[in-house]
Amino acid sequence: MRPGPSLFNRIAVGLGLLFLYAPIVLLVVYSFNASKLVTVWGGFSTRWYQALLHDDQMLAAAWTTLRVGLASATVATVLGTLAAFALVRHPRFAGRTLFTGMIYAPLVLPEVILGLSLLLLFVSLGLPRGLWTVTIGHATLTLCYAAVVIQARLSSFDISLEEAAQDLGCTPTQAFLQVTLPNIAPAVAAAWMLAFTLSLDDLVVASFTSGPGATTLPMRIYSQVRLGVNPEINAVSTLLIGMVACGVIAAYVGQRRSTQRR
Amino acid sequence: MTSRQSLGAVRSSFAPWADPTATPLVRFEAVTKRFGAETAVKSVSLDIYEREFFALLGPSGCGKTTLMRMLAGFETPDEGRVTLEGQDLAGLPPHQRPLHMMFQSYALFPHLSVERNIAFGLQRQGLAKAEISDRVAEMLALVRLEGLARRKPDQLSGGQRQRVALARALAPRPKVLLLDEPLGALDRKLREETQFELMALQQRLGMTFLVVTHDQEEAMVMADRIAVMRAGEIVQTGPPPEVYEAPNCRYVADFIGEVNLFEGQVETADGRLVRLSSPVCPQGLEAAEDDPLPKSAAAWFAVRPEKMVLHPTPPPPGPNLMQGKVADIGYLGDWTTYVVEVAGGQTVRAARANAARVVENPVDWGDTVWLTFARDAAVVLSR
Ligand SMILES: Nc1ncnc2c1ncn2[C@@H]1O[C@H](COP(=O)(O)OP(=O)(O)OP(=O)(O)O)[C@@H](O)[C@H]1O
Ligand SMILES: [Mg+2]
Repeated sequence: MRPGPSLFNRIAVGLGLLFLYAPIVLLVVYSFNASKLVTVWGGFSTRWYQALLHDDQMLAAAWTTLRVGLASATVATVLGTLAAFALVRHPRFAGRTLFTGMIYAPLVLPEVILGLSLLLLFVSLGLPRGLWTVTIGHATLTLCYAAVVIQARLSSFDISLEEAAQDLGCTPTQAFLQVTLPNIAPAVAAAWMLAFTLSLDDLVVASFTSGPGATTLPMRIYSQVRLGVNPEINAVSTLLIGMVACGVIAAYVGQRRSTQRR
Repeated sequence: MTSRQSLGAVRSSFAPWADPTATPLVRFEAVTKRFGAETAVKSVSLDIYEREFFALLGPSGCGKTTLMRMLAGFETPDEGRVTLEGQDLAGLPPHQRPLHMMFQSYALFPHLSVERNIAFGLQRQGLAKAEISDRVAEMLALVRLEGLARRKPDQLSGGQRQRVALARALAPRPKVLLLDEPLGALDRKLREETQFELMALQQRLGMTFLVVTHDQEEAMVMADRIAVMRAGEIVQTGPPPEVYEAPNCRYVADFIGEVNLFEGQVETADGRLVRLSSPVCPQGLEAAEDDPLPKSAAAWFAVRPEKMVLHPTPPPPGPNLMQGKVADIGYLGDWTTYVVEVAGGQTVRAARANAARVVENPVDWGDTVWLTFARDAAVVLSR
């Protein structure tokens, strides 16, 4: 039998996890604090969650975030799928390397620069900033992530399946819709979840591209914290963490299923 | 002996290729295909006639699949053209070509059940629901997968998948069916049965089949004509008996079946008989051959093992006689193959049908034996 992990390994892993998750655990615990003082434990209570239900500004921000997330994730997934398809299926077209690099650049580009350039674009186009500009900004930000996930799946997808569909009478578009898409669907769903999650918790791009009346939840939290931490923030953050965790787990499961089903 | 002679033991009444007025259904005209620096198909010209069962035979990587893919529309020829019923196929996308292909990798749709895989092409043709389900049931019965209609491809064995792929390509009854290694994954018995079923089906539906295989026995059994390929080129085209009994070069003689090749120098060639001097045979080699050959050129006699005669006792001296020691014996049940080492270290194979169950004085390992062959048993090859 293999020996279990050594004491050193256990301590190392424990320390690592503690370092990563202690702040989050603390935040979640204090969201159930009865006391108004953030650093003093005053017993268990859900009063901050109840207070949240009556905080219209916070609810409006949550609603904005949700709408931006849904719309931008959908746009990013559609565009990301098309981009990934072009990259994988036509490997010899001129400028492929450039195109690939350009799609993946936002992965490593500092978000501040992306946000700033989007802001400049919207200003020079004269677009009024608001919900739609945040959505466009988030679609730009998350498109490359979606493209990476879908490209990974497509490159292991047997091209002769598409050829067989065409051979049996499908146009290339029909072959894509009837054969390719159903087979890569889990990866597409995973890409969507990832894009949605990224949009939910983005602060930087949203700050640059939003305007009056389009405050997202992370923006709201950030601006409140600057006025002083209040336990309600802990409650809303806990909810956000829960959603993001669900999104990430769903994306992971989706991607695993799509690779297993090959 | 009757006056009517034919190569092999087969008489064929179906031979449109011998009719100069017949127009071919599929025609490759000097087709070349390159992949980068490599030429996968080199100036191939090929005519395939309606209702013909045509086999492309060749070793791995010789361009069989590439040739087929150009007909199906997945590759574009770099030179030459491909026509179907006289119409140039250039520019016609795969989904508009009235032919279907069974892929070497099967290419079954993993998200669809067996029956929906088979129905796929029928739905594209816009057939009525009832007709589709009839046709699917017929196809399932044909490939004997009735019980597995609801399974997904990943719940099938390799042989079962192959049969689904076959059924899917057959179901829409295309004018020309392209089969890339259709029976490669089947066990021997199922393979032989399916060969005959394919032939019967092709006859019944009046379809034209183009089959790729690297199994020469399969090609011989099924095909009306065989094209033997080597490195992107077609070396010989003809009906199986012709390719077997009258190969046009050493490559074909060696590729199709077993063969003994005797190399020698032309001593005389008078338009009826060719005489070679050869180290294996002190009295020389003789074979019937109408074409005159230049004197002292190199030439080869190709003799099939079953046409070699094995003598346990010395026969009267004469041409085509060689002496040797039995080095190996392969007992196959119906046949026994004797590998005999003759002068010069060459090994010669001789096959004997086991016509009797009990043999007196059987030939054993290490025995000295004598081999002969008839003058018309050898094919004279100059390349
Ligand atoms: N898409 C391609 N790109 C580059 N080279 C290719 C491509 N397709 C085929 N080739 C090359 O062309 C040659 C012929 O390939 P092809 O698939 O036609 O062989 P084959 O006769 O079908 O072999 P097998 O019996 O193994 O299936 C091979 O050397 C192969 O490497
Ligand atoms: Mg092949």
